[in-house]
Amino acid sequence: MKETLLQLKQVSMRFKTGKQYIQAVNEVSLDFNKGETVTIMGESGCGKSTLGRLSIGLTKPSSGQILYKNSDVWGLDKKTHKTFRRSAQLVHQNPYGTFNPMKTIFDALSAPILHYGVVDNKKSAWEKAKELLEIVALEPPEDFLDRYPHQLSGGQLQRIAIARTISIQPEFVVADEITSMLDASLRIEVLDLLLALKEKFGITYMFISHDFPQSKYFASRGKCIIMYLGDVVEEGTVEDLLQKALHPYTEALILSTPIKDPELARKRPLPKLRSLDLPDPVNPPSGCKFHPRCPEATELCEKTKPELIEVEKGRLVACHKYR
Amino acid sequence: MIKGEVFGLSGESGCGKTVIAHCILKLVAPNGFIEGGKIMFEGKDVLYMSDEELRKYRWKDVAIIFQGAQSALNPLLLVNAHMVDTVLAHQKSSKNDIFERSGEFLKLLRLDPNLVLKMYPHELSGGMKQRSMSAMSLLLTPKLLILDEPTTALDMLTQRYLLKMLRDIHEETGITMFYITHDLTVMSEIVDRIGIMYLGNIVEIGKTKDIFYDPLHPYTEALINAIPSIVGDVIATPIPGPIPDPVNPPSGCNFHPRCPEATELCEKTKPELIEVEKGRLVACHKYSNPS
Repeated sequence: MKETLLQLKQVSMRFKTGKQYIQAVNEVSLDFNKGETVTIMGESGCGKSTLGRLSIGLTKPSSGQILYKNSDVWGLDKKTHKTFRRSAQLVHQNPYGTFNPMKTIFDALSAPILHYGVVDNKKSAWEKAKELLEIVALEPPEDFLDRYPHQLSGGQLQRIAIARTISIQPEFVVADEITSMLDASLRIEVLDLLLALKEKFGITYMFISHDFPQSKYFASRGKCIIMYLGDVVEEGTVEDLLQKALHPYTEALILSTPIKDPELARKRPLPKLRSLDLPDPVNPPSGCKFHPRCPEATELCEKTKPELIEVEKGRLVACHKYR
Repeated sequence: MIKGEVFGLSGESGCGKTVIAHCILKLVAPNGFIEGGKIMFEGKDVLYMSDEELRKYRWKDVAIIFQGAQSALNPLLLVNAHMVDTVLAHQKSSKNDIFERSGEFLKLLRLDPNLVLKMYPHELSGGMKQRSMSAMSLLLTPKLLILDEPTTALDMLTQRYLLKMLRDIHEETGITMFYITHDLTVMSEIVDRIGIMYLGNIVEIGKTKDIFYDPLHPYTEALINAIPSIVGDVIATPIPGPIPDPVNPPSGCNFHPRCPEATELCEKTKPELIEVEKGRLVACHKYSNPS
């Protein structure tokens, strides 16, 4: 029996901009089983980062529930809330913005472990910090502890950010586009590190990405959801989606992914989008939000919003084609 | 760079790709200077051009789309003012002609000129700004267009379309392009020839297909293997070790501390870039001594 760690139930998030609202996340339901990885994909502005922040309790949803071990995250007593916040962590996209430039790497690493009482004094914090840097393969660790963030490269900072995240033994980690600021050649290394940590500590990941090759590398058999302007439009494993995308949007995304084979790359058709630009999220299109760009849109799509339905076991899609 | 080709330059960050682009335009940052060598553009050395010649050369002969072109637009000016300024700096022209011409390029890039020309940069999305910049760079029909990571800040769909549009423009006008990116997969879509750089040196040059299907330099091979792909298996191997400190680069072949095939020779002597087949250049001791 799989243990459910975290559950999102009909979670929505609206942001106010001036007098209008942006529906960043719209009624998303998602289960995270312990030790599994769930991938969230979509273009920028689709709500994937907001979903990440919601699931670790950084922002309160406008509606819907987030259940951690079957209790509502926003109704926890103070002590349990602290435990939840400790066990759900986030690694940000931009390693350069994660660290306080005035503090050393040791300061950055020691703050959370001292706060949560993983260690009780600075001396043991120093030892623990060394241990953490060894785990993320930054050696020799003494060389890094006294340095400042600006003295390190993006790849090194991202490793330290990961070290800091795991220092307080979280159960659930949101990895929000953690490789997008890194060189193509360094991305795999960071992904390998996360995979090794999963193996070692049994961490459950929410992997947010816009890159299919990386998602495939990271969790090809794991669940993946595709988001478009706040809505989930398709769900299946990464492998399923790549094999046979159901939603026209997923198909377009896959066709847009560069492949490292020049002959194949030039033979591939261009996705047949009717419009290139994302619509204004403040005034999203009627019906299916993808209809102004969708090559297969019909009159029905303009009027009625398709529901997310299960077409095969574990495969969900929100498109009128499959009604 | 041969007239009419799309030449790609790739390598990890800090390898000097962007500096090469800046050298071509003689726009090197003030703390650097061009030590030696020649930059010949149609038989003329760029390094010996007068200020006035340089002014004309930049943008009219060679245009560049910088990394993060989004911030290259003036937030206080309408897009059409950018277009007018660009053209009038180089030639006399009426505003209507300029608008018409910009309109053509904007349409090629799938933007609505009636809308975009009358907008301020903040009203455009990142992809739209990038495409407006591209239209601006094409306005004076330059002979060479330098593209420095033009798609890094863009979404996948926009990236794919931009690449296709650039390729189409190249095929229609025959413009020579110099494409810089750290992401080799993007190269497979657009360039004819690729140069690979490591710590300031070009280590390999070859046709796109040769580079992808039969890389010669161990670094090229490592770079290609480090990128996962959606076709075929998911195996990818990271390049071992960190990028060395560019202030104190390793002795001999710069790549030797990370190279799986390094020998004693590699530690001591720097390999020269030699032609191993026609049009195929590599700087690696593996190929310099036939024994």
